[in-house]
Amino acid sequence: MFEGLSERLSGILGGLTRRGKLSDQDVQNALREVRRALLEADVALEVVRSFTDRVRERAVGAEVVKSVTPGQMVVKIVNDALVEMLGAEAETINLNATPPVPILMVGLQGSGKTTTTAKIARRLKERDKKRVLMASLDTRRPAAMEQLAVLGGQVEVDTLPIVTGQSAPQIARRAMEAGRLGGYDVVMLDTAGRVTVDEALMDEAAEVARTVDAHEVLLVADALTGQDAVNTARAFDERMGLTGIVLTRMDGDSRGGAALSMRAVTGKPIKLIGTGEKVDALEEFHPSRVANRILGM
Amino acid sequence: FTKRKLDAQTLEELEDVLVQADLGVAAAMRITENIGEGRFDKEIAPEEVKRILAEEVEKALAPVAKPLTIDTAHKPFVILMVGVNGAGKTTTIGKLASKFAADGKSVMLAAGDTFRAAAIEQLKIWGERTGAPVLAREQGADAAGLAYDALNQARTDGHDVLLMDTAGRLQNKTALMAELEKIIRVMRKIDESAPHAVLLVLDATVGQNALSQVEIFGKAAGVTGLVMTKLDGTARGGILVALADRFGLPVHYIGVGEGVDDLEPFAARDFAQAIAGIAEERI
Ligand SMILES: Nc1nc2c(ncn2[C@@H]2O[C@H](COP(=O)(O)OP(=O)(O)OP(=O)(O)O)[C@@H](O)[C@H]2O)c(=O)[nH]1
Ligand SMILES: Nc1nc2c(ncn2[C@@H]2O[C@H](COP(=O)(O)OP(=O)(O)OP(=O)(O)O)[C@@H](O)[C@H]2O)c(=O)[nH]1
Ligand SMILES: [K+]
Ligand SMILES: [Mg+2]
Ligand SMILES: [Mg+2]
Repeated sequence: MFEGLSERLSGILGGLTRRGKLSDQDVQNALREVRRALLEADVALEVVRSFTDRVRERAVGAEVVKSVTPGQMVVKIVNDALVEMLGAEAETINLNATPPVPILMVGLQGSGKTTTTAKIARRLKERDKKRVLMASLDTRRPAAMEQLAVLGGQVEVDTLPIVTGQSAPQIARRAMEAGRLGGYDVVMLDTAGRVTVDEALMDEAAEVARTVDAHEVLLVADALTGQDAVNTARAFDERMGLTGIVLTRMDGDSRGGAALSMRAVTGKPIKLIGTGEKVDALEEFHPSRVANRILGM
Repeated sequence: FTKRKLDAQTLEELEDVLVQADLGVAAAMRITENIGEGRFDKEIAPEEVKRILAEEVEKALAPVAKPLTIDTAHKPFVILMVGVNGAGKTTTIGKLASKFAADGKSVMLAAGDTFRAAAIEQLKIWGERTGAPVLAREQGADAAGLAYDALNQARTDGHDVLLMDTAGRLQNKTALMAELEKIIRVMRKIDESAPHAVLLVLDATVGQNALSQVEIFGKAAGVTGLVMTKLDGTARGGILVALADRFGLPVHYIGVGEGVDDLEPFAARDFAQAIAGIAEERI
C-alpha cells in the first residue's frame, strides 16, 4: 500500500542523473509525492502545506552533490526538515517547581490518560526517586477511579483515597493538600476523557489547571489519530495551555503523522511515547525515528 | 452566494475537504473525479457544490449502511466485540445491551477483557445500568476459558443475546490476535456457528490506520460489521468511505456520546451531510 518515499522519488527524479541544481520543476514534481506520502501518514493537511513550503524553499536551486542522486538529495532535505519540525532536542517532564509538583493529564476519551499517568508515576519513582501521589478526577467513566487504584497497586505508587460525590476541582484541591501533608514530590492528576466541543468539560479541565497551578499539562493523544489531530491539539492548548504531549500506541503500525501535526500547530514538545499496555511501556521521543516512520523508511 | 466555476482549483479544494475528513488521498480523488464528471468548468453555486459532494459521499456509503439483525434461530445470538485499545468496545456493549433489552430480548454480558485494570468492574457497571447479568472471572484469567463458560451459561439460562467483551489489542501484535482466534475456536466447540456477529469498533478520530485494522481483524476474527464511536467530537470519520470502497463491510451503528442512549443506527445521508458541512465553510 505504501512504498517508501525514497523509492517513489527515485522513480520521479531518476531521470535526473545530471549534476547541477534542482530546478523548480524537479522540486515541484518531488513535492507532489512528498505531499501524498505525508497525507498517507496522517499528517494534517495544513501542516503538510507549511511543511512542503519550507522544503521547497530549501530544495529549489540546491546543488546536487556528486555522491547522491537527486531523489536521495530531496529525501535528505525532507528528512532534515521533518526532524527539525518534530523538535530536534529531546525534552522530558519538568519538575522544576516547589513540591508537590502538579502534573495534569488531559485528552480525548480513551487516548490512554489513565494508563500513562501510572506509567509516568512509575518512571518518576524508579528513575528520579520521587515520591508520587496519583489522583483520579474522573467522576464520569465507569470504574475509572478503580482503574487508577489498581494501576497504583501495580506500580507501587500511592493513590488518593476515593471519596464519592466530589467534583473534579474539589478532588484536585484535596489531592494537592494530601500531597503537601504527605510530603510528596509530585501529584499526578488524571482526568476524564472529553471531546473538545464539550464546553462544560473543557471549562472544568481549565479550572483544574488554574486551581492547582499545574506545572505540566500533558495532552495524551493516540498515535492512530488522523486529520483531527490538529483540532484536538489546538483546542486543548488554547483552553488549558499545554506544556507537552505524550503520544500513545506508538507500538502500533500507524505512521504516526499526528506527532508532526500536533507539534506543528502547538509548538509544544512531544515528551514521551507509549509503546504498550504494560506499565513499563513508556519511552523517550526520538524525532529522527519518528521522521523515518512517517516517511515509511 | 456567488457562483463560481467548477474548475481544477475548486475540485482540488473539494479534494482537500475530503482529505481533512480522513477519507485518504485515494478515496478523496475518486469522489472528486465523480463530482467533476459532466460538470467540469460549469458555473455552480456553493450550496450546489455542497449538495453534490454530500450526494457522492452518500453514494459510497449507502451500500454499507445496514442494520445489525439478530437471527433468533441462534439462542444465544453471540456478538463478539473487537478492536484496538480504547476504541469504545465496552461502552458500546453497554449501549447495545440497553437497546436489545428495550426490544424485549434477554441479554447477557461476558467480561472477556481479563487484562486491563478495572475492565471487569467497568463492564459490571454497564450490566447494572442495563439490567444484564455479567459473567466474569478474576483479572488475569484466560479469556478463551471465560468465553467458553459464558456461552454455556447463556445457553443454560436461555438468553437471547450474548455480548462478549474483549481486551483492546493492536492488530500488529500477532500473539494477541492469536488469542482472539482462540476465543472464537473455543466458542465453536459449543456452537459451531458462533460468534454470529463480530463487530469491529473504530474510533472516529482514527486515520489511515483503520485500513490495516479492518484488514487484519477481518482475517483473524472474521469481522462481520463495523461500529464507529465518538462522532460527537470534531472528527468526521471519513475513513469509512475508504473502508467501504475497499472492504464493503456493513456499518451498523455510530456512537455519539458516553451515555447509554448515545448509539444511533448508521445513516449514510446524515454522515455524508456532516462531511459536506465542512465544505460549505471552506468553498
Ligand atoms: N497498545 C497500547 N495500548 C495502550 C497504550 N496506552 C494505553 N493503552 C491502552 O489504551 C486503552 C485506554 O487506556 P486508558 O488509560 O484507559 O485511556 P484513558 O484516556 O484514561 O481513557 P478514558 O479515561 O476513558 O478517557 C487501554 O486498553 C490501555 O491499556 C499504549 O501506549 N499502547
Ligand atoms: N464522546 C464519546 N466517548 C465515547 C464513545 N464511546 C465510548 N466513549 C468513551 O471512550 C472511552 C473508552 O471507551 P471503552 O468502552 O472503555 O473502550 P474500549 O475499547 O473498551 O477500551 P479498552 O477495553 O481499554 O481497549 C471511555 O471514556 C468511553 O466513555 C462515544 O461514542 N462518544
Ligand atoms: K483513540
Ligand atoms: Mg481514564
Ligand atoms: Mg474495554
